[in-house]
Amino acid sequence: MSEITAKPETLLGLLHSLLVTVATVFCFTCVILLAAGAPPLDAFFHIFKGALGSWVKFAHVVQAWIPLTLCACGLLYTFRIGLWNIGIEGQMIMGAVFATAVLRMGLHGGHPGWVLAASFVAGIIGGGIWAVIAGFLKTRSGVNEIFAGLGLNFVAQGIILWLIFGPWKRPGVASMSGTETLPAELWLGTLPHLRLTPTGVAFAVAAVVVSAVMLRYTRIGLNLRAIGSNRNAAFLFGLKPDHHLLLAMLFAGGFAGLAGNMQVTGVYHRLIPAISSNYGYLALLVVMLANYNVWLAPAVAFFFACLNVGSIQLPMMLQLDSSLSGVIQGALVLATLALHGWRKRRSLRAPQRKPDG
Amino acid sequence: MHIKLIDIHKHYGGVRANDGVNLDVPPGSVHGVLGENGAGKSTLMKILAGYIRKTGGRILFDGREVAYDDPAVAARLGVGMLYQDPLDFPALTVLENFMLGQTRGLLRSADTLRSRVESFARKLQFNLHPDDAVSSLTIGERQQLEIIRLLSLGIQVLVLDEPTTGISSIQKEILFAALRRLAAEGKSVILVSHKLEDVEQLCDHVTVLRQGRVAGAMAAPFDASALLGMMFGQLPCPPECGRIEPGVPVLTLRAVSAMGGRTGLKNCSAVIRQREVVGLAGLEGSGQGVFLRVAAGLQQPLQGQVQFGEHALHDKGHHHFKRYGGAFVPTERLADGLISGLTISEHFSLQQAGGFWIDKPRAVRQARDRIDTFNIKGRCETRVESLSGGNQQRLLLSFLPTTPKLLLLENPTRGLDLESGHWVWRHLQKYCDADACIVFSSAELDEIMMVADRVLVFFDGRLIKDVPTCETSVEALGRAIAGKLD
Repeated sequence: MSEITAKPETLLGLLHSLLVTVATVFCFTCVILLAAGAPPLDAFFHIFKGALGSWVKFAHVVQAWIPLTLCACGLLYTFRIGLWNIGIEGQMIMGAVFATAVLRMGLHGGHPGWVLAASFVAGIIGGGIWAVIAGFLKTRSGVNEIFAGLGLNFVAQGIILWLIFGPWKRPGVASMSGTETLPAELWLGTLPHLRLTPTGVAFAVAAVVVSAVMLRYTRIGLNLRAIGSNRNAAFLFGLKPDHHLLLAMLFAGGFAGLAGNMQVTGVYHRLIPAISSNYGYLALLVVMLANYNVWLAPAVAFFFACLNVGSIQLPMMLQLDSSLSGVIQGALVLATLALHGWRKRRSLRAPQRKPDG
Repeated sequence: MHIKLIDIHKHYGGVRANDGVNLDVPPGSVHGVLGENGAGKSTLMKILAGYIRKTGGRILFDGREVAYDDPAVAARLGVGMLYQDPLDFPALTVLENFMLGQTRGLLRSADTLRSRVESFARKLQFNLHPDDAVSSLTIGERQQLEIIRLLSLGIQVLVLDEPTTGISSIQKEILFAALRRLAAEGKSVILVSHKLEDVEQLCDHVTVLRQGRVAGAMAAPFDASALLGMMFGQLPCPPECGRIEPGVPVLTLRAVSAMGGRTGLKNCSAVIRQREVVGLAGLEGSGQGVFLRVAAGLQQPLQGQVQFGEHALHDKGHHHFKRYGGAFVPTERLADGLISGLTISEHFSLQQAGGFWIDKPRAVRQARDRIDTFNIKGRCETRVESLSGGNQQRLLLSFLPTTPKLLLLENPTRGLDLESGHWVWRHLQKYCDADACIVFSSAELDEIMMVADRVLVFFDGRLIKDVPTCETSVEALGRAIAGKLD
């Protein structure tokens, strides 16, 4: 899986591939829109306006950006060591579940600030546990992390539904709209008139900075990259691949759990069945599109958040389904991967320059 | 068909695998292409077989210039190659494999093809039965199947790449008899080998390659020492006896059995002493690789004990082995030893013990220092995959601890040119002078005879010969490798 480790490119090359990718996706999306009988330029305009047309809308975008960025940061660790952490979705859900459990305990007394802080820790632990289970399945039983993660996602989804319709149901009637709303003192603070939590933004920014430092300047980051590139050689160098694999999963799960907590305390203020909003899966696309680069990931996450929020306008304005954003996101990633693969093949075919010796 | 290769070049970046090679093979002859590992033999033959594209030069078939870069086109023009690893489908029968290869003719009944297989087999005296499963065949029989398949495609030129590796001596006789018969029919046979005895037995002419160039040519009867001189540039001189005084036992294996390789390792006992250089000989995968991996703690033995100094190693892992003062250098440098994508200085960072942060200045200092002392052509920020083979090997050696007790080296000079190989051994000698012992495997008997004090010969997973190099000869070792003890 060495192909999923980051490779630096020249700025010009990066710009060139970006242009090619965007042009490809633009044409592809236009064809789809024309087939659906919608004017393409109008659709793009409405997405743009729907995402950045006002401060309120911008705040929505940032609210979506927070969990995307947190998950993307977590995935950087697992991608570095060559793992496909599909289970990030379940890790986010379990983070939300653990956080809700602590918040519910805090309902009966306790300082709201401390309860909130404890819920953060609980979220990280919940996501971490879920990730480490997948890690153990891989290291101890050789279960591929993709299958383990996918299975655990279903389990997590089952647990959240059981909680919402069972032990944590609303007094009187259980419903898909989730558990009872938490008291306002257990909400993360928002900016006046905007649904935007500065704490969430702070955590996301901190996650990016911490990950950048971890991956570049610490031995853990280098070890993850070494093991991801060549497990055998890394072992001969004295590293312990299994330990690092669990560590990477722990990081990914921790960040995802934190994102799950943010969804509860900062966005929905309750536990809902769709608490993860597929941000985990989307974060996989974000990281791939960002070419596993820690600084590009938040930018791509922001762009994806814009697409998600902006496309909500489409049904109203153009009678188009809002899933167009998914089409664009998917097409972007596929186009990028195809371009990447094509270049790699071309560079393999061309004779490589080697210094003599 | 008369084959003429004129001024063939194949460059991989700065590496010249073929550098102006000429080859002339008249029809009806068996032509040997001789050279040590990495001399450019396989490259040249793969160009002839259309498997890789040449950088420059011309290929003439019967005086007519041809251009192709596809094995299928080469086969249509009449050139077929038998690769080192048989290209067949083990799950199918002999007949089914044969049918798969028949690209001409839309519909042919199995009966027709069956009788073709049988008639080819009869003619060449191959012991092949159409209904046998390929998975039950030996390597030699799979070669026979592949030869029949190529012949039925109508090829006129048969190229064989190291065909005698991994087959029994009886099968070698059958193969050589078949090849002589094909040559007598007017077909051309090109035999690629690094084994002198193969060439001496079979060939009419031989061309020797060294470092991508033609080092010389000769017609039968051959003068073996002249051929060796062309292959190596100089004759390997036999070692003097008693040049070292072995010390205390460092590595002891007692009745060790382990899985792995083609044959595993069966009931192997050996003692390696201080200051000794021990070569492991044997056909690829006869147990040498498993021996080294068990000794390095990379693999747990099924039975038996491994003792490293005063420590028992058989129930511990490689990291303990390193802690006790051992070092292991694997054969596949980029697959097992180095980490592609990482730079030279990052490799040194990996080796730093402890600490949360990377001490980059220290790693760079260390990298610069080793690049100088080990004469590595690269810089601190060079990624290891862009280094040449010789430089990769030097880099790997630069990671070795300064005063190891035991060095285990798997094919330490494979793929290196002569100069790099000499450098490696000159360097390793220093460790022995500092009381270390070295155990290495090699496919080159000449290398073992030149550098080792003692040789262990493996056959079919068993250690069948343990003898000081000064008391044996390349011929005797060659026989032992084939399972024949004196």
